[in-house]
Amino acid sequence: MHASTGILLLVLAVLPALCALACLVLPHRAAVATTVVVGLVCLAAAVGLVPAVLDGVVSIGFLRVDALSVVFLLPTGFLYAATSVFAVGYLGDEAAHAAQADVAEQRLFHRYSRLFFVGINAFAWSMFCAPMADGLALLWIAIEVTTVVSALLVALDNTEGATEAAWKYVLIASCGLGIGLLATIVMYYAGAQTMGQSYDLAFEPLVRHAEQLPATPVRLAFVLAVVGFGTKVGLVPMHTWLPDAHAEAPTPVSALLSGSLLAVSFYAILRYYEVARITVGDAFPQRVLLVFGVASLLLAGLSLLHQGDLKRLLAYSSIEHMGIVAIGVSFGAPLALLGVLLHVLAHAAAKGNAFMCAGVIVRSYQTKQLGSIRGVLERLPWTGPVFLASVLALCAMPPFGLFRSEFAIVAGGIGAARTAPAAILVVLVTLAFLGLLGALVRPVLTTRPAGQEADVPATGDGARLGGWMVLPPLVGMVVLLVLGLHPPAELSQLLRGAAGQLSGTVS
Amino acid sequence: MNAQSVPSVFDGTANTIAVVVLLLEFLMLRSALLRAQVRLYAVQSLVVSILAVVVASGRDVPELYALAALSFALKAVIVPWLILRLMRDASTEIAGSGALGVASEIMVAIVVAAYAFFTVSLLDIHSDVLPATALSLSVAVVLVAFVLIIMRRDVVSQAVGFFSLENGVSMVSLVVAAGMPLILEVAFLFDLLVAVVVFGVLMRVHHGRTHSLSTADLTRLRG
Repeated sequence: MHASTGILLLVLAVLPALCALACLVLPHRAAVATTVVVGLVCLAAAVGLVPAVLDGVVSIGFLRVDALSVVFLLPTGFLYAATSVFAVGYLGDEAAHAAQADVAEQRLFHRYSRLFFVGINAFAWSMFCAPMADGLALLWIAIEVTTVVSALLVALDNTEGATEAAWKYVLIASCGLGIGLLATIVMYYAGAQTMGQSYDLAFEPLVRHAEQLPATPVRLAFVLAVVGFGTKVGLVPMHTWLPDAHAEAPTPVSALLSGSLLAVSFYAILRYYEVARITVGDAFPQRVLLVFGVASLLLAGLSLLHQGDLKRLLAYSSIEHMGIVAIGVSFGAPLALLGVLLHVLAHAAAKGNAFMCAGVIVRSYQTKQLGSIRGVLERLPWTGPVFLASVLALCAMPPFGLFRSEFAIVAGGIGAARTAPAAILVVLVTLAFLGLLGALVRPVLTTRPAGQEADVPATGDGARLGGWMVLPPLVGMVVLLVLGLHPPAELSQLLRGAAGQLSGTVS
Repeated sequence: MNAQSVPSVFDGTANTIAVVVLLLEFLMLRSALLRAQVRLYAVQSLVVSILAVVVASGRDVPELYALAALSFALKAVIVPWLILRLMRDASTEIAGSGALGVASEIMVAIVVAAYAFFTVSLLDIHSDVLPATALSLSVAVVLVAFVLIIMRRDVVSQAVGFFSLENGVSMVSLVVAAGMPLILEVAFLFDLLVAVVVFGVLMRVHHGRTHSLSTADLTRLRG
């Protein structure tokens, strides 16, 4: 390990936290600039870790990353940078508005801005820390921190809906993590049978001793982990907080919640999977994940069919994609696992994009109701096409990354002789495809009837700071195309390495 | 053989304490007054801390003294004080409301607790530190806490339910993971403190918006 790669870890673990502290005192403009710079630096650091972990594990103290961790650092890195750039425009309009208003409103805006930037930096920090934590106990702590920080961010808009969503979120997710803590403790008990009473649940010794662990406690720990952390992943039936929180949070937060937080929580399940499949064999953990995956996909697909709220629609699509990921892991074949990891990355880019574009649309039309939105393509010449392309990407259309990943998952499933679940997966994904596209065709493609033009203020992407809100989704499109057409060699190698970790074959 | 059939004084003490914690959970479910509920939570935390002291002295795990002191300070003093202070500011209602009548709630809780008690004993998890009965009782506490959270329709009861769920989890960790490094236990506790603060902030926001502690109106978001 070179000293320089260790520094990358420290950058990710320290810089966003420092930025959050700095935002406590900085005025709006300075906070924006600092957050953008830190976001870009963290993205660079996360990308810089990709070649570093190809040679082996990188670790300092409590921080440790291997191929699997880096796969889950990338979505946070990308979305943190993207949303911080997006936030320049998102809050910029309000800043301009507040500058013209009276003192009370200005003070209100500055309070909002300060809380927003402190929160979003702290949120990103906690999501960087989770995959870097060396050990199941530290992982739990990091994920609990993501919950409390993001609950406050969900409540930030201080509307009736936001208050309700935040309360549901914090209560349900905390109870879920209570179960996650039970999983951690039961796994500790299992490990204590071979590693002695006092140890710290670090990954490497746990995986090394996994063969000798007692089977029943490991089974119990795995199921508790799937239920506990699955609450935060949004697996059905523990998903009830998810559409509310995603729909009511400020848009940049929705993007982070959906693309990054769900992935980080799934990472925790994968860590338990890694141990459980060695101890109790492949069949049991895969069956558990298959059940939750199919339930999520089915419910999300059906909910997408009759959804009238733009952001809730995207939230249910997140549940659908997490279901796909869970089913993909349940196939267990290296190809399917490769698809799962690629899916996590591509979903982060596509869903981040979709939420950011949806944020612009909601701003422009002043409503989230799909029934009242017409003619997006016409009205928002930049955001409209990017939104449409992101939605097509979410429907796993070629040439985007999600097509490649879902193809790999299904092919892996059929290759592993899981024909029936693979067929179910294809059918349910088609159902979700119909729901998502069916709901969005009219708002996006149809033109507005004449005469409605005047009553809605034109704050589209032609607004003063609109460019800041268009740039990140455009970059996201490029990422999706690259992932779909020709992933860089180092990334493919990283994904293969991580899939090898999960399937037990060293590649 | 004798040690097998006749529980030692240590085992008996530990089991008694675990039963007391479970009974306190039932009392929380029963109590209609929110203030009483918070006080019961403080007492429950105190009892869990006492269990930690008992384990520390009986099994010679000195770290647990520190843990007991910390969990007493945090869970039996600071957290209840924070919630009570919050309620003093929001003194509109002091009685909570359940989805079912108290008697039915208790019946449900008894069934759930019995389920936990018997299933956990089937799992065959033995600990060197505490008798397996204590484990079953702690899992029962966790499940009854869930009943409390689900049945009650006000933010204070739901929050207290979550905190007492955490008490149950701490008891599980005393039984099966007493050797867990102190640093992790302390980190868990501070995480709890952060969660309490966030719960408090959201309770305040909720009260500021609806002027009530009830969650019965939180039905806007659905579908």
